[in-house]
Amino acid sequence: MRFMMLMIPKGYETAPPGEMPDAKAVEAMMKYNESLHKAGVLLALDGLHPPSMGARISFEGGKPRVTDGPFAEAKEVVGGYWMIQVKSRDEAIEWAKRCPGSPNEVIEVRQVQEMSDFPEDVKKAAEGFEKMQAKSGQRTRA
Amino acid sequence: MAVTATDTHRTIEAVWRIESARLIASLARVVRDVGRAEELAQDALVAALEQWPVSGIPDNPAAWLMATAKHRAIDQLRRQVLHTRKEEDLTREIEQQLEAAAPAPVEEADREIDDDLLRLVFTACHPVIATEARVALTLRLLGGLTTAEIARAFLVAEPTIAQRIVRAKRALADARVPFEVPRGAELGARLSSVLEVIYLVFNEGYAATAGDDWMRPGLCEDALRLGRMLAELAPAEPEVHGLVALMEIQASRSAARVGASGEPILLLEQNRARWDHLLIRRGLAALARAEALGGSGGPYALQAAIAACHARARTAEETGWPRIVAYYDALAAIARSPVVELNRAVAVSMASGPAAGLALADALASEPALASYHHLPAVRGDLLFKLGRMGEARSAFEQAAALTRNARERHLLLERAARCRAA
Repeated sequence: MRFMMLMIPKGYETAPPGEMPDAKAVEAMMKYNESLHKAGVLLALDGLHPPSMGARISFEGGKPRVTDGPFAEAKEVVGGYWMIQVKSRDEAIEWAKRCPGSPNEVIEVRQVQEMSDFPEDVKKAAEGFEKMQAKSGQRTRA
Repeated sequence: MAVTATDTHRTIEAVWRIESARLIASLARVVRDVGRAEELAQDALVAALEQWPVSGIPDNPAAWLMATAKHRAIDQLRRQVLHTRKEEDLTREIEQQLEAAAPAPVEEADREIDDDLLRLVFTACHPVIATEARVALTLRLLGGLTTAEIARAFLVAEPTIAQRIVRAKRALADARVPFEVPRGAELGARLSSVLEVIYLVFNEGYAATAGDDWMRPGLCEDALRLGRMLAELAPAEPEVHGLVALMEIQASRSAARVGASGEPILLLEQNRARWDHLLIRRGLAALARAEALGGSGGPYALQAAIAACHARARTAEETGWPRIVAYYDALAAIARSPVVELNRAVAVSMASGPAAGLALADALASEPALASYHHLPAVRGDLLFKLGRMGEARSAFEQAAALTRNARERHLLLERAARCRAA
């Protein structure tokens, strides 16, 4: 099973554009990433630029509305993620505990949904969507 | 390990999954016996199961397990009755190593553990052990699986697996297999044995040879984890990356190759939108790594290159069959096997028409190695069907159905036989 470990650094919601973590923190984090990689559990990882460089698109009233960051209403934002493949939720938690996190950081561990998790009607709906994507050639190329 | 519902027990299980291989590997270097190292690690696990629910989980569970196992090892050594001077020396040396107080600098210690892990991989897959037992021992020592989990995964009784592991450990001890990474000319053959074990685990998960389910994804994930781990331990070996590439790309099709009611869906009929593009990307990257190391001609790299041709084709019709035939030709030249020949026949049928493929498949009919291999009549059935020879196609499908031990596959083959009658 796959889990996403979402890194939520407190304060990142108001970070100025272009803010980068300091070199020392990065070094510790690289070691941690390497340990995930060496254990064969790491599938993907990325860090995200602060929300002040992003935008939010909301759909209130059924119409998309774009707001540029930073977002005054956001109390916490994602700063990056790891996607790992492990045997259990407990193992995912155990890996998250090993992260050299700072006191302002929180990691949220969330299981990635698989098609087999869905009830039949959702599976059918997804199947139709995939077929449509395949026909119109809109799928991403590998 | 008896699993109770308590949180601590579940945490210990997770810690074990993460730490056991490194723990056993470090212990094996010191006690010079993989079997004993594993028992010491198990003792530490039992101690954790007894103590952690009361004392709480230590800040550094790995260090706790290691310290506990080392104390146990020292106790055992001291209690042993010694007969010869030589053994005394060895004992003292081991004692000193176990008690060595000053831990190595972190980076050096990391490198040391990596070396130990690689030694453990080669030892668990040593040719003095029977193949089945190599598989069980590898999953147990390096995959962190319990005997019960291995038994469940292979649909074998637990005592059978336990027996295999006991015998494997005894074989290693009897042959006095040194705890080391083979060098020079020996390395190639020994590495092949390691890769074979990992791919066997993967295949048992990917195309279960027996049972009711067509796939057991847990085993595929175990094999991938071992493969990815090995790729970091032996980064200069192109075939390791070739195997990882092959497994990543094959695993990318997992969701697409099983239908709504659990039936198998063949590659060319799969909904390619359901292929996992993260795994495809990882597979292509691993293949590129193998090729960059000059390994594009290795058997796993060639199989991965074939899988990559399929992964890159947007639709089944876009598949580059002539290129796939060329890869099969190269594969047949280095690893001549009837199974490769059969796959080549399928590729040829796609590149040059079913008649050309059938001629190759028919030539394999007398292969003793394929006598009970259900894919041969299944392929013949498919090609005969395409040629409109329905009667022959039907009996080929029926023959294949009678040969497979997988219930899902049998059902699919009988369905195809029935379709021949209807046509």
